[in-house]
Amino acid sequence: MSETLFKVTIDNIVIEVPAGTTILNAARKIGGEVAPPTMCYYSKLEGSGGKCRTCLVEVSKGSEKDPRPMPKLVASCRTTVMDGMEVKNITSERVLTARAGVVEFLLINHPLDCPICDQAGECYLQDLSYEHGADKSRFEFQKRTFKKVDLGDKIQLHMTRCILCYRCVLVANQLTNQREHGILDRGDHAQIATYIQKNLQNDFIGNIIDVCPVGALTDKTFRFKNRVWFTKPVDAHRDCNNPKCCGEVRLWMRGDEVYRVTGRIDEWGEVKDASNGKPGWICNECRFDKKKVSDWVIEGPTNVNRHSVISQGHYVNSVLPQETLPEVLNGRQPKLLMDIHNVSEVNKPNIELSALDRPAHSTDF
Amino acid sequence: MGSIKLLLEKAHVEGIRYYDVYRREGGYRSVEKALKTMSPETIVEEVKKSGLRGRGGAGFPAGMKWSFIAKPEGVPRHLVCNADESEPGTFKDRYLMEFIPHLLIEGLIVSSFALGSNDTYIYIRGEYAWIVDILEQAIIEAKNNGWLGKNILGSGFDCNIHVQRGAGAYICGEETALIESLEGKRGNPRIKPPFPAVQGLWMRPTVVNNVETLAAVVPIINMGGEEYAKIGVGRSTGTKLISACGNINKPGVYEIDMTISVEEFIYSDEYCGGIANGKRLKACIPGGSSVPILPANLLLKTAKGETRFMNYESLSDGGFASGSMMGSGGFIVLDEDQCVVKNTYTLARFYRHESCGQCSPCREGTGWMEKILWNIESGKGKMSDIDLLWDVQSKIEGNTICPLGDAAAWPVAAAIRHFRDEFEWHITNKEEAQKRNFGLAHYANPIHVPA
Ligand SMILES: Cc1cc2nc3c(=O)[nH]c(=O)nc-3n(C[C@H](O)[C@H](O)[C@H](O)COP(=O)(O)O)c2cc1C
Ligand code: SF4
Ligand code: SF4
Ligand code: FES
Repeated sequence: MSETLFKVTIDNIVIEVPAGTTILNAARKIGGEVAPPTMCYYSKLEGSGGKCRTCLVEVSKGSEKDPRPMPKLVASCRTTVMDGMEVKNITSERVLTARAGVVEFLLINHPLDCPICDQAGECYLQDLSYEHGADKSRFEFQKRTFKKVDLGDKIQLHMTRCILCYRCVLVANQLTNQREHGILDRGDHAQIATYIQKNLQNDFIGNIIDVCPVGALTDKTFRFKNRVWFTKPVDAHRDCNNPKCCGEVRLWMRGDEVYRVTGRIDEWGEVKDASNGKPGWICNECRFDKKKVSDWVIEGPTNVNRHSVISQGHYVNSVLPQETLPEVLNGRQPKLLMDIHNVSEVNKPNIELSALDRPAHSTDF
Repeated sequence: MGSIKLLLEKAHVEGIRYYDVYRREGGYRSVEKALKTMSPETIVEEVKKSGLRGRGGAGFPAGMKWSFIAKPEGVPRHLVCNADESEPGTFKDRYLMEFIPHLLIEGLIVSSFALGSNDTYIYIRGEYAWIVDILEQAIIEAKNNGWLGKNILGSGFDCNIHVQRGAGAYICGEETALIESLEGKRGNPRIKPPFPAVQGLWMRPTVVNNVETLAAVVPIINMGGEEYAKIGVGRSTGTKLISACGNINKPGVYEIDMTISVEEFIYSDEYCGGIANGKRLKACIPGGSSVPILPANLLLKTAKGETRFMNYESLSDGGFASGSMMGSGGFIVLDEDQCVVKNTYTLARFYRHESCGQCSPCREGTGWMEKILWNIESGKGKMSDIDLLWDVQSKIEGNTICPLGDAAAWPVAAAIRHFRDEFEWHITNKEEAQKRNFGLAHYANPIHVPA
């Protein structure tokens, strides 16, 4: 069957795509800057998109048949192309203004605690702000904050950083038998929650960490262990006996230590389909429990975009320094002798830096 | 003129809430006429001819909406009556349902027949708990008398009406959020397309209409679409319920034909009876909290100096620069003692609280606007806040999933547009502004119209 092809022009670049393709996916085919940024859309999650509004574009010509422009900017991730449609993304002032507005909205209540956030370096909100944000905030109020919550012993929810993209809800809906978390309340007081603090148990729930565009859901087995740009991503696989798990992962290593295991993320920030055709989701066992090099068959270093901060850490041939303490201590393991807070006010334990609604000052330490 | 009543004509008849009186007064004639002598298509035609526009706020022609409903083979269709009525200032549907519930049920039966809906739903605002009982009572009475159930009047048409209470969210009045809520889900508006006419309730073709829209189908069928269209003016046909409130002598629900002027509506004893306590009119929000507020001078006359009338076209004359909207008919009057800044803050607080939080501009922007407005109102404002507020609203408007974002932005935009000096006064006279209001100022002065 021959597919009907529609001709679309995006930022003056013409491309033909099958009918039913969204503007976003047409733009992604062109690639580069023409592809609008996305924070909520995730092609592997049905029903995603439409919410964050970062992917708004201007349709300056509806179609060949009906050339009228669309009056409002449209969410490119949820609008399908028409034959002869003309779209403006970075060539539209309106789009750039609206997008700057969206970025500002996403940031006004964001804690901007990147220095202590595990997502920093691979955070899509950082990228978005860097590319489309202003250098100053016009928001002069207390930021909204939430308490950190443990969703079980492997996943931490840092709701203050959440942008309510709904991706993690869709993962739980579509990948697990039962969704145990969701969105509570509404408006600016809406939050991701389990209602009564519950552990998320399902063996695929770890994927919510990968889909979360910000540092709201992080891997507790990796928490504060390293900065992602100090680690080196390596593609690896193992024979996972969970039938839904694709078994193809990315190991984040330093020296010969595996710090973290994630799915393989593609250039659009989504897990890649595996070579065996399965979607790229991985199970909790692979993610959280297989932290030895010997658990995996190493394929080789991940190709990292050279603009990414991750590619800055060239630790080729780096070796983990020899641990000398046990030797000095005649084979005894070092023991924690005291809590620094008992004797020093440095790093006051009662101040949670991430909960500050402003930058941390010396007085906070 | 002005006294034609099609919906509330019998509202004061003793016992009209109950079936026997309602029927005795000529109730359910339209069902007899429709089911016995008309086809669904001819009913849709009549509604088209009547020019009836949706009374829920957007004013979309009802007949046209009905003709869009998809009719795939073997898929049930649904009519949903939007009785969520949560827009501040709007309480007309409550009146209609409370006092003359059978009129709505009658309209629903005819409309369900026209659309082929065997299961029709009334989604009612949760706080209207007592009206649920009234409606359910009316439904039982109608059913007992053969107007609902199987094979109504031997026509072969089956219909049941179900009442579902909301849980107190304004957003569930937005039709796709309403549908989600009706399905038992979180009331988030859907991303369109698909439109409800194609995939609505349980992904079946669905029409959502306001209570008043569906009640108006009764007189349309009884008198014929063309006759109905002769009432009113231009594309504002028939009668409209207005819920009037604020600083007026006679707040309440009025049925108007849309030929009367705004001035007559406010000042005549038949309607609002003038401004209360002998005060002067300062401003008015003519169509429910979402529509632009107008100062007295632009309310009574258009920017061209013409009389402004109580109808869709005239109220929106001048666009947003100098006009407003008919909206849902929630007519809120502010006298000279009211503070526009405070009023705008109150509305901003409402929209912040009611945003579903799905899309970033509305979720974050509404809260930000509320905070800035609170600063200005409470004497902590800066001059730059006014421009900031303008900028924030402009970045919400048009960029959201559903119109709640616009509804939050418009009142702020209009307040700044028309009452900027009142905002500035709050900022330059912080202490005084805590003690007294800006007052009427020049807002009622006649506007100079260039010849
Ligand atoms: C935030 C929001 C709240 C709404 N609330 C109501 C409501 O309470 N009642 C209503 O009839 N329409 C409401 N609407 C309009 C509905 O979405 C829809 O347009 C209307 O029910 C269609 O009916 P109509 O064509 O008969 O006016 C609301 C819209 C929005 C965006
Ligand atoms: S926790 Fe992360 S994935 Fe879930 S809604 Fe928030 S930002 Fe999105
Ligand atoms: S505009 Fe507001 S209410 Fe409407 S979908 Fe977006 S967040 Fe929800
Ligand atoms: S990516 Fe399209 S709206 Fe979020």
